[in-house]
Amino acid sequence: MRLEIRNGRIVDAANGVDRIASLYCTQGRVAAIDRAPAGWAADRVLDASGLVVAPGLVDLAARLREPGLEHKATLESEMRAAIAGGITSLACPPDTDPPLDEPGLVEMLKHRARMLNQAHVYPVGALTQRLAGEALTEMGELAEAGCVAFSQADHPLVDTGVLLRAMQYARTFGHRVWLRPQEAFLSRGGVAHDGEVATRLGLASIPTIAETIALSTIIALVRVTGVSVHLCRLSSADGVAMVRAAKAEGLPITADVGVHHLHLCDVDIGWFNAQAHLMPPLRGTRDRDALRAGLLDGTIDVVCSDHAPVDDDAKQLPFAEAEPGATGVELLLPLTLKWAAEAGVPLPEALARITDRPARILGVEAGTLRVGAPADVCVLDPAAAWTVARGALLSQGKNTPFVGLELQGRARWTLVAGEIVHGA
Amino acid sequence: MRSRNPQLNAQGELTHLLTLEGLPAPIITQILDTADPFVSIGEREVKKVPLLRGKAIFNLFFENSTRTRTTFEIAAKRLSADVINLNINASSTSKGETLLDTVDNLVAMNADMFVVRHSQSGAPHLIAAHLDATRNTHVHVVNAGDGRHAHPSQGLLDLFTIRHFKRDFSNLSVAIVGDLLHSRVARSLVHGLTTLGTPDVRAIAPATLLPAQLKSLGVTPFLDMREGLRDVDVVVMLRLQSERMKGALLPSPGEFFKHYGLTEEKLALAKPDAIVMHPGPMNRGVEIDSAVADGARSVILPQVTFGIAVRMAVMSIIAGN
Repeated sequence: MRLEIRNGRIVDAANGVDRIASLYCTQGRVAAIDRAPAGWAADRVLDASGLVVAPGLVDLAARLREPGLEHKATLESEMRAAIAGGITSLACPPDTDPPLDEPGLVEMLKHRARMLNQAHVYPVGALTQRLAGEALTEMGELAEAGCVAFSQADHPLVDTGVLLRAMQYARTFGHRVWLRPQEAFLSRGGVAHDGEVATRLGLASIPTIAETIALSTIIALVRVTGVSVHLCRLSSADGVAMVRAAKAEGLPITADVGVHHLHLCDVDIGWFNAQAHLMPPLRGTRDRDALRAGLLDGTIDVVCSDHAPVDDDAKQLPFAEAEPGATGVELLLPLTLKWAAEAGVPLPEALARITDRPARILGVEAGTLRVGAPADVCVLDPAAAWTVARGALLSQGKNTPFVGLELQGRARWTLVAGEIVHGA
Repeated sequence: MRSRNPQLNAQGELTHLLTLEGLPAPIITQILDTADPFVSIGEREVKKVPLLRGKAIFNLFFENSTRTRTTFEIAAKRLSADVINLNINASSTSKGETLLDTVDNLVAMNADMFVVRHSQSGAPHLIAAHLDATRNTHVHVVNAGDGRHAHPSQGLLDLFTIRHFKRDFSNLSVAIVGDLLHSRVARSLVHGLTTLGTPDVRAIAPATLLPAQLKSLGVTPFLDMREGLRDVDVVVMLRLQSERMKGALLPSPGEFFKHYGLTEEKLALAKPDAIVMHPGPMNRGVEIDSAVADGARSVILPQVTFGIAVRMAVMSIIAGN
């Protein structure tokens, strides 16, 4: 299909483009900007006047719950939600059931995703078998099957000896390792930040040192192995400071923050609101402010949705028993724009944190609108106001602490490989 | 996104008792004042008043308790209510029924009040919020202890006891000794004491048993018991759970007693008229020496008597709102 996206504000941070122009797509790729190619006749014209034409969003953490956890969500429901949120590429963590530790599972997931013909799915393989932290997975086979990186998801690797070997092995073959810094023993049984709120409410807590001790271990291991590590879901001010220092030292480290942690803190738990039961836990206001500042100054490269659809039966329980997690793919764009508006960040820089930068961390061809790139596009209305409501969410997991909040910014059309997958 | 105090109705009246945190001082005082005349009912030949006649009160105990359940049962019966005891860990949740399913079923049986004990902090809040969401606002919830969070009726009976013996909170020093980290009793008492204007609330424990941000609750922590007991008016000893006596929190009950057990010798550091309290059940020789527990300054048994009157006051006030 030949598609013309006419007169939108094209914002392509990767190439320094920010101007009103038309974008031409054919054969699944960007064919031209400004002027139509010779002999062009569009099959369809989208009028993007007053709208922003951006690369499709790239999300580094979207749990699709397949295989094994289909009662929480399915590929169909979550991919539909993702494209409605403007996301065209997403990485899914390996904490499925069974975990993504065998090439067959990864191939099946990729195959199912391709059949749906919606967003591109990039599985993150398990770093260790069953995520048990004992034996390495066949990273070579898994990479051939489509894994873009290797991770322990939310299962901290207890044995530092195994972590060292896993990093050495990954380094040997140029695989990237993604780790969420959390020391296993200090976080065991904890459900909330070790602050005033947990003290008041009598909730078992996870101290900040659970993050910083894990970070110091990881950083020391990066220093000796030279492996590239992406740090997932920073949660604390002290953690941000450590990453800043490690980057200044020149270590091959990148980092992300979950979109919830940019806007919320432990006070939002209120009287045991299980919607605010997230992992890592929401920490104090000082931590939230440091995460926002870290995203601004580049210490934190990327915002991700940390999408974790949870069914109502698993949420309507006493706080500690309720499953952590919240739906996020439909909120990534407006919540990132909200941060940008509050922090005074220009739109192109805000979008870079959910398009170009995560695409570079994934190492895939995405997050750009240069001529010849895949026509994965998000045409968005940055001023569209809407209120988060359970009924308005397409994700099967309706649980989010943002229900009732009015946000700005919505995808009008989402294109994957030149096809309109969302928007009439 | 913080909700209003979930235990007060739109008129600011007590409709559930979930925690003493955020409860206005006049309401606490109203409960204590209401309890006063109930104390003597227990001394009468006919120990009953008809305030809750025809009301169905369900004791919903998801965690074992004999003492608290019994005192709530006695209190409800003295108010002429019908009392139904459910020990849930032994029945429906083991068949896969969720907490809120259980609640819905009992509401369908026309329950008027739930007295809830649960091992998870926040479970009574969840039930109260669910009753609100399902428009069953005529059903009341009394928290009889949730996880480490709150034990408000215990906190109130502790306040009642202190007021009975000391009259006024505005010049008191109160020391709470032992496992504050896991103690719902301590949290509730702290909120009650600070709300009523107690100027000096102290916590005495090893660092392993102190919550991280205790100072934010208005409590001064002491690691040394002798220092912490100096010139206090009230000593509240906490129960040490047996599973916490040996392990990463404490090496042994014997060593705990040596440093934090209340003996006559340590009590001598407090004011001469200081009273000694304990929520029970006591571990003699672990947190308290028998000579102190049975001594002249112990008010541990009056606490139990007052507990029934305070629970009668709570249930009668809530049922009337």
